[in-house]
Amino acid sequence: MSSTAHPTPVARPRSKGGPTPTLTHLRGATATRARELIALYPEPRSALIPLCHLAQEQEGWLSPEIMVDIAALLDLTPAEVLGTASFYDMLHTEPVGSHLVSVCTNIACLLNGAMELLEHAESTLGVNAGGTTADGAVTLEEAECLAGCDGAPCVQVNHRYVGAQTAESFDQLIADLRSGARAAEIPTHGTLNRVARTTGLQADRNQVANERSAMAETQAQRAAAAKDTAANKAGA
Amino acid sequence: MAITEAPKIITGRIGHADSHTLERYLATGGYDGLRKALAMTPEAVVHEVDTASLLGRGGAGFPAGRKWAMLRKSPVTYLVVNGDESEPATFKDHLLVERDPHQLIEGVVIAAYATQVSQVFIYLRGEFALGLERVQAALNDAYSLGAVGSDIFGSGFSVDVVVHPGAGAYICGEETALLESLEGKRGFPRIKPPFFPAAIGLYGEPTVVNNVETMSNLPWIVLNGGSAFAALGEGRSTGTRLFALAGHVNNPGVFEIEMVKTTFRDLIHAPVLGGGIPHGRELKAFVPGGVSAPWFGPDQIDLPLGQDEVAGAGSMLGSGSVVVMDDHTCAVRASWRITKFFARESCGQCTPCREGSGWLEKIMERIETGNGREEDLDLLLDACDNIAPGLTWPPQQTTICVLGPSIPSSIGSAIQMFRDEFLVHIKEGGCPYG
Repeated sequence: MSSTAHPTPVARPRSKGGPTPTLTHLRGATATRARELIALYPEPRSALIPLCHLAQEQEGWLSPEIMVDIAALLDLTPAEVLGTASFYDMLHTEPVGSHLVSVCTNIACLLNGAMELLEHAESTLGVNAGGTTADGAVTLEEAECLAGCDGAPCVQVNHRYVGAQTAESFDQLIADLRSGARAAEIPTHGTLNRVARTTGLQADRNQVANERSAMAETQAQRAAAAKDTAANKAGA
Repeated sequence: MAITEAPKIITGRIGHADSHTLERYLATGGYDGLRKALAMTPEAVVHEVDTASLLGRGGAGFPAGRKWAMLRKSPVTYLVVNGDESEPATFKDHLLVERDPHQLIEGVVIAAYATQVSQVFIYLRGEFALGLERVQAALNDAYSLGAVGSDIFGSGFSVDVVVHPGAGAYICGEETALLESLEGKRGFPRIKPPFFPAAIGLYGEPTVVNNVETMSNLPWIVLNGGSAFAALGEGRSTGTRLFALAGHVNNPGVFEIEMVKTTFRDLIHAPVLGGGIPHGRELKAFVPGGVSAPWFGPDQIDLPLGQDEVAGAGSMLGSGSVVVMDDHTCAVRASWRITKFFARESCGQCTPCREGSGWLEKIMERIETGNGREEDLDLLLDACDNIAPGLTWPPQQTTICVLGPSIPSSIGSAIQMFRDEFLVHIKEGGCPYG
């Protein structure tokens, strides 16, 4: 996509005039994509969460180094990036395995055996919820409601729904993940590099500016009219 | 009461395997509503939505038309679509974004035209990987078609739509927390009143925040007229609504049902809807509108699915998600899990919620694991009372947003309904249901 005209003529604070930041960890297409994402927003900081997702698509998690890159792109401090990132469940400040297996145990899943499924998963994988297997293939997490309650207990792998699972189907799922048998349907972390915006921001800047001033004019007229009415009332 | 033959307003296309594609959308009347809207004045579009009496489908049920009318006039305004569906057992927006993304986009552009907004953000839950891809792909197609972007269908109206991924935080479904998150910050709800997003919203500018399902209704309302929508349902609860049914039912799923005309009994037991409770068991309790809502017992099963009707009975229709618990369900375990959810998702800003949810979770956990103490039940209720004094419905507000006070209202109702069960857990150190 092109990062050309944005339809809102909002004054956008850009980097404070310094040179383009040098990135040490965000690479090639991902770095380009990061700059495209920033251009979508009136304020660069709005791209913070998308950029964290993008970094995780490359690295799997948010390393301190990559947060420095994100901060540089957004004119923030690395602490501000971490401060936001640490709030969100999907942003990992510790390494995760190549497959993040999320087992929901919230109410609808609980009623359908989710807790038992999670216990089964913990014992077969040999890790507690939150842990990663020694081969780095699987990180298991106990998730809150994943909005897939008609397929309870609900399981996601890299945030792709894999349908309701039994102990047996879960074991098969893990075997398939390890062998790569379901790689096409369950890609690695994230979506932002897979489906990008193909068309740019097509609104013509001048046109939008004209619409804005017309709107402002109408408002001024309305205000003036309201003032007149008020004055007339006061006069009467 | 019975299940009516109301038209499928927002799920009509979902039976098709390719319901998410532009081809299917155009073959089934797609973007006709937008074309019609663009030929009307924005005021006329707002009037149709007002006439429809479309109540917001996110949970609070505020009329969409009135929300739009509150938008402060300003040179820069925003429309933000709330697709951060995280209320436990709610999965209707998931269906809409994955299976009919063009309908959402068409609704969004209609709303943007009605409110004369030229920048829209669709905030989708980060866990919707496929949904994010589908909406972005649909948006690309819609731009190519000329349904989004500059000079839409030659009307002179322009709008830009950006899909924004969330990152996993229940609180971001609260509209001001969502705006904070969209600004790249932690999802901390903002203090309101006095300033609601319609006055001071995204980047301090007036902002309308509407739910995915609310937006998805707009193409039909514009095409068929607000009065046709208002003719469905009853009273303030007009039109059809999506109900997400889960838990102990034979046929869990999302059902589009005419408001008020259908009861919880129909939803749970009708063969074409929930199909009854498995293994021939009986109903013990049900959650009528997301886990923030107080529970109902079997005696309330004949209540109609209407906003005011459920509110009148002391709970809420909320996000339209109904969780069924059969008579083998342990009420302690269920309420413990709900409490754990709130404790985990409390953003931490306000003391009653942050500390109270932690207290409640710890006490609940020790009761559930057989380590409860005799005074625990009173302690639970006391902690509840400190979060929402009086345990009234709707709950008293002690915090910035409604997350905290939702905890006592849901689990407080469970304690009151199943007090004996809690006592058995405490006295015998175990669960009668095994």
